[in-house]
Amino acid sequence: MADTKIPRQDIPKQTPEERRKNFNEVALGYNKELAQLEAQRCIQCKKPFCIEGCPVEIDIPAFIALIKEGDFDGALAKMREKNLLPGICGRVCPQEEQCEIKCVLQKRFGAVAIGRLERFIADYEIEQDKMVIPPVADPTGKKIAVVGSGPGGLTVAADLAKLGHKVTLYEALHAPGGVLVYGIPEFRLPKAIVSRECHILEEMGVELVTDFVVGRAATVDELFEQGFDAVYLGLGAGLPWFMNIPGENLAGVYSANEYLTRINLMKAYKFPEYDTPIRVGKKVAVVGGGNVAMDAVRSSIRMGADEAYIIYRRSRTELPAREEEIENAEEEGVIFQFLVNPVQYIGDDTGRVKQIELLKMELGEPDSSGRRRPVPIEGSEYKIDIDTVVVAIGNGANPLVPGTTPGLETNKWGNIVAEVETGKTSKKAVWAGGDIVTGAATVIEAMGAGRIAANSIHEYLTTGKW
Amino acid sequence: MFKIVERERVNPVVNKFVIESPIIAKKREPGQFVIFRLHEKGERIPITIADADPKAGTITVYVQELGKTTFEMGKMNAGDEIADVVGPLGLPTPIEKVEGDIFAVAGGVGSAEVLPIARKHKEVGNKVVAILGYRSKDIVILEEEFKSFADEVYITTDDGSYGREGFVTHELKDHLDKGRKIAEVIAVGPAIMMKVVSDLTRHYDVKTMVSLNSIMIDGTGMCGVCRVEVGGETRYACVHGPEFDGHKVNFDLMLKRLASFKEEEKISLDRYNAAVGGENG
Ligand SMILES: Cc1cc2nc3c(=O)[nH]c(=O)nc-3n(C[C@H](O)[C@H](O)[C@H](O)COP(=O)(O)OP(=O)(O)OC[C@H]3O[C@@H](n4cnc5c(N)ncnc54)[C@H](O)[C@@H]3O)c2cc1C
Ligand SMILES: Cc1cc2nc3c(=O)[nH]c(=O)nc-3n(C[C@H](O)[C@H](O)[C@H](O)COP(=O)(O)OP(=O)(O)OC[C@H]3O[C@@H](n4cnc5c(N)ncnc54)[C@H](O)[C@@H]3O)c2cc1C
Ligand code: SF4
Ligand code: SF4
Ligand code: FES
Repeated sequence: MADTKIPRQDIPKQTPEERRKNFNEVALGYNKELAQLEAQRCIQCKKPFCIEGCPVEIDIPAFIALIKEGDFDGALAKMREKNLLPGICGRVCPQEEQCEIKCVLQKRFGAVAIGRLERFIADYEIEQDKMVIPPVADPTGKKIAVVGSGPGGLTVAADLAKLGHKVTLYEALHAPGGVLVYGIPEFRLPKAIVSRECHILEEMGVELVTDFVVGRAATVDELFEQGFDAVYLGLGAGLPWFMNIPGENLAGVYSANEYLTRINLMKAYKFPEYDTPIRVGKKVAVVGGGNVAMDAVRSSIRMGADEAYIIYRRSRTELPAREEEIENAEEEGVIFQFLVNPVQYIGDDTGRVKQIELLKMELGEPDSSGRRRPVPIEGSEYKIDIDTVVVAIGNGANPLVPGTTPGLETNKWGNIVAEVETGKTSKKAVWAGGDIVTGAATVIEAMGAGRIAANSIHEYLTTGKW
Repeated sequence: MFKIVERERVNPVVNKFVIESPIIAKKREPGQFVIFRLHEKGERIPITIADADPKAGTITVYVQELGKTTFEMGKMNAGDEIADVVGPLGLPTPIEKVEGDIFAVAGGVGSAEVLPIARKHKEVGNKVVAILGYRSKDIVILEEEFKSFADEVYITTDDGSYGREGFVTHELKDHLDKGRKIAEVIAVGPAIMMKVVSDLTRHYDVKTMVSLNSIMIDGTGMCGVCRVEVGGETRYACVHGPEFDGHKVNFDLMLKRLASFKEEEKISLDRYNAAVGGENG
């Protein structure tokens, strides 16, 4: 029996005092008892709205019912039917805006903690130390090149490998995973989980080629010449944006991508054991209010900053980051400065940033995004002393592949144009999806786009119709 | 893994490496570079492809020992393997037949970086003049290589121990003053050297391209650390360069950015020296 009297179960976490000092995962996950208790809350809707909220359409009530019964292996199998990366989605999906917001219990009792249950099942698999390799169909003889190993590329690779196609996954960096490895910090998503999922792909017969930059080592046309039948572009976002204000190129001013790549991918938090340096001062200002900004500011605290600021031009209500991560940041002592915008960075005589000048804002009429537009308050400038700045205001599109692929249409921002229903681009036998098409979005949306493209690629490969 | 097939110390501070890397060997063009990561804990360092043998599937690089990673690489030998070699990166140098001479001006290990560009200019039929500057005689490299194809080769040393005493700019200035028709100067070397060359040629209004060696990580336009200011605009050296119009580059800013991690680099090198019991750097 479902029991709506049971409250939504909290997830155990490291205490803020502890976690300020380490890069270990913050949320520790449900144990079996908590998971089964939470699973009892699901009323097993006949028409489960929750599934509509999930871009990869996991059979949510079914896997939750299996958890409730204690059939964790069954729950795992159910999950894997649709989701290649449960350990990742369970951690970083914005569930509160996707599956959970649609849960019928949401309004009166609080949504079933779908994400946490998903994570529980993924962790259970790791604990059991068994790796379930999905069955792979007989070889079709078709070859697909998937470019970029972010969540989108990984999904396309897995879906097509299952169908018996030969997939080669090309990655520019030395490790696969895209933002999952270079952007999202260890304390939110342990890297061992990502490499495990990539390993499953290899077991399924996907060939993983790292250190390979498409557009340079081979163009898309050259991939076709080498015998590929289809190409998927999951390039992710590129070229970090700056605000074009004075002082942005001073030493000590990082893009969020640089900052997080040094810390995560290159493990600068273990410098000098690892060779890549990073310099995080005592007073860090992170400009922006999304997940990326939260990751950067919380990393700063762990790197030893005494004061870590979020500089955001609207108010707390408009912060685009996940509520859970904002709360975590608050608990960890992040200082939020709302309704301010940087106007310039001021350097010392060695060219290193030492101050940020801020301009106060107030909220005016809603803009096209529906959020109230920040309006500068004239003459309200003030300065604060800081020694490190991280600019986390988003990314443009990487020009590398579009610039070397004739016939591939891009929009005015440089993003690749692809059909929403199929992922098809303007170039025959080339598909695209994820951040390179939509601009910065989410892990699960990139996976959803990957799934759609994989279906379309399969159809093309079997019917030959473009 | 990428195997080192040959290693040679070409002067007290520079090593030549020939490395197995068939895809890059086939594809690379003059002006492009690779990024190395020596091992699991290593950092990613950009190095110019000086030469390649597509048949043998190898690339050749010249690496100057400057800090922890380059000293560590200097200890590697034929048979050793490098964890990661990515490339070719950056835009190839545009090279075509032009009116006037091409002046390849290099400082130190920059002579290895300008070598493939100079050679290709010769191949397309341009007259190539090389001006190579070094601190002193013992670190002169590639003189014979340049002499084997360039129309004129001038060597300068800071201390006068070989060739002309002084800097590359002294030699270059004489040619400019003589009113030679120079189609383009290509300057490659330490940032400060590229700055003074650019400052000089600006007065003569001679087109000058420089190859910027800014700090890099990914080399694909993702991180933004390599950003430089060119003509007042922020450009990414790894995808928009590494070559830019020297007259438009903000070198002062670049020099400051290059020093971003000075203290950490010293910690790294000291720790490395303590570990290998050496006195590098
Ligand atoms: C710090 C940070 C925190 C985030 N937090 C969250 C979160 O909590 N929840 C959430 O849902 N989303 C989050 N996101 C967004 C999410 O990570 C992205 O939307 C998602 O990763 C996009 O996936 P993708 O497959 O399109 O590409 P990416 O993950 O960007 O991967 C693209 C890959 O392609 C490679 N590549 C690019 N060009 C080439 C080339 N020419 N040749 C070969 N390889 C190439 C890149 O190296 C990269 O590995 C976060 C993003 C960041 C940066
Ligand atoms: C496009 C390009 C091509 C290059 N080609 C060559 C070449 O052919 N031969 C050669 O000897 N050197 C070349 N360099 C420079 C070389 O990358 C640096 O000397 C090397 O990274 C230093 O590493 P290190 O750990 O030994 O020294 P460190 O102690 O890290 O640094 C010493 C100095 O080198 C510079 N530096 C540090 N890290 C980097 C980095 N990741 N990228 C660039 N510069 C850095 C800084 O100015 C620093 O002060 C090139 C650089 C670029 C950007
Ligand atoms: S994958 Fe994401 S959206 Fe789908 S059910 Fe899991 S947490 Fe919800
Ligand atoms: S909507 Fe909520 S209660 Fe209904 S099936 Fe989905 S998770 Fe269970
Ligand atoms: S090296 Fe990262 S953007 Fe150029």
